Amino acid sequence: MAIELRVPTILRTYTGGEKAVNGDGATLAEFIDNVNGAHPGLKERIVEGEPEELRRFVNVYVNDEDVRFTGGLKTGVKDGDVVVVLPAVAGG
Amino acid sequence: MLIIEKPTYDAIVEHARRDHPDEACGVVAGPAGSDRAVRLVPMLNAAMSPTFYEFDSGDLLRLYKEMDERDEEPVVIYHSHTATEAYPSRTDITLAQEPGAHYVLVSTRDGADSPAYDGPVEFRSYRIIDGEVVEEEVRVVGSYEETKGDN
Repeated sequence: MAIELRVPTILRTYTGGEKAVNGDGATLAEFIDNVNGAHPGLKERIVEGEPEELRRFVNVYVNDEDVRFTGGLKTGVKDGDVVVVLPAVAGG
Repeated sequence: MLIIEKPTYDAIVEHARRDHPDEACGVVAGPAGSDRAVRLVPMLNAAMSPTFYEFDSGDLLRLYKEMDERDEEPVVIYHSHTATEAYPSRTDITLAQEPGAHYVLVSTRDGADSPAYDGPVEFRSYRIIDGEVVEEEVRVVGSYEETKGDN
């Protein structure tokens, strides 16, 4: 088992075109670090700043829950979970 | 070039006029790889603003899951400008994150939202990739049946 990351079209350049990749971790932050190890560059498109936070216009869901409501990067994850990343559709 | 069917074109303009003075937004999904905008999905502007639009995060997830199940992609992403021309703003360009989509802008400025107005409504389409905007021709057809063999 592993945790699955569903990769949006715009970030598939980092995954060799793969729509989904696997990783591990106990929190979303650890999971993103882990996935970034195999797909360098992915993390900085999702996370920014110091301390690290999710980018304002990137939405991340763990098992269909927007992580902004479940603790952000500290959200717990476990084997079998599905993490979806979707760029916001927004503008002015 | 964006080729779009008249009923879809009209429905986007109608949505923009209806939501004025707030910005209207939505997508037109189509079979992956087809470049055909066949399924109009008007979205709620969670920002409810005359100068900004954003899909609600829950709506966004549902939309993408639905498109995934149907093997669709967002062929068109549209929104309106309610006081300025139908050209991507700096924010539109910065936030555009669907390199495969036709970004459609409709302007309801200068009274184009009024029920009495029956003149043309600005409707323009762009590709926005890595911060670069390229306008493209919009061809309105009665039905995609007419374009068979064109591609």
